[in-house]
Amino acid sequence: MTKLMEWLAVLTVLGSIWGSMITKKVGAEFVDNNYTLVLYSPIIFVAIFGLYAASVVIYRTLTFNNCEEASIELQEDIKAAKEDLTRLGFKFKEIST
Amino acid sequence: MQKLPLLIKISLFIGVLVSLFPNLKENLTLITDMAGENKIENKYSILLPTYNEVQNLPIIVWLIVKYMNESGYPYEIIIIDDGSPDGTLEAGKQLQKIYGEDKIVLKPREKKLGLGTAYIHGIKFSTGNLIFIMDADLSHHPKFMPQMIEKQIKHNFDIVSGTRYVGTGGVYGWDFKRKLISRGANFLTQLLLRPGASDLTGSFRLYRKDILEKIINNCVSKGYVFQMEMIIRARQFNYTVGEVPITFVDRVYGESKLGGSEIFQFAKNLLYLFSTT
Repeated sequence: MTKLMEWLAVLTVLGSIWGSMITKKVGAEFVDNNYTLVLYSPIIFVAIFGLYAASVVIYRTLTFNNCEEASIELQEDIKAAKEDLTRLGFKFKEIST
Repeated sequence: MQKLPLLIKISLFIGVLVSLFPNLKENLTLITDMAGENKIENKYSILLPTYNEVQNLPIIVWLIVKYMNESGYPYEIIIIDDGSPDGTLEAGKQLQKIYGEDKIVLKPREKKLGLGTAYIHGIKFSTGNLIFIMDADLSHHPKFMPQMIEKQIKHNFDIVSGTRYVGTGGVYGWDFKRKLISRGANFLTQLLLRPGASDLTGSFRLYRKDILEKIINNCVSKGYVFQMEMIIRARQFNYTVGEVPITFVDRVYGESKLGGSEIFQFAKNLLYLFSTT
């Protein structure tokens, strides 16, 4: 089963539950008491998930490691490599820019 | 039976065990030998596809040599240069003179022919049973290679992938916008594809050779989304993937690219993989 089919299957199940509630085939009493809530529940779910997604992405963006030390270490490695390679007889090409 | 002292019971039990499995001791030694042998026989082929990397190539090779020599595992570096006009191949030839033809293998191609075929080309000439793929532009530091090797051996993984998104992993040289796009794209991919790996577009990985070949032959995409498809195909074939946090230092020399067309390519491929795997 492809991921698309999995999503469609789950959405179909949720959709039919919602559909049968809105047409009062199941849980009629609960639907009568909370009709607006049931009616808008798909939108509410999407909105809540959207908020969750946005906060997760923003949190992870802000906590994305900024590897200063890795950059400094690399600069030192480049220097060491150039010195050692020159000693071994490597001829570096001049940077034209 | 019940009257027999405990000691006799135990010796009887051991006697039965030994008669049932007379080769137990031998088998045990064999298993330990195999584990030991495995360690000796592993050889690592490092594939370095290059295009205009004349400044970076000597540095990356020097670093690979340094860390692989320290780790003590046999290895070779296969440089696949796609006809760079800047003299990358000449730099490779100089490195070959310094480090020897067994360590530096040059397998150039006429012109730019894409990453997937570069890997296939490199694998063809590789003598190792495990393959490292990494970028030659210094964004991947060879100091992580021994960690990836250890992880692969310890858990017998089919693939070990470097990851920027977990633990001590991270990036250098990215602004807020770039980080946001990267995190957003990653979240969406995790949600839709559930790939079982945290860094899908990274290209610092260790593969078993046969598995890498099989995965590449099943991939259809080109360019940088190719890495994402590789790990998704791996999941499709139920291969095991381990991860090692890596730091990614964005290109020191040269331009790094992430434009509208890359994002479009990414979205297109995400939907393709979503509907086909």
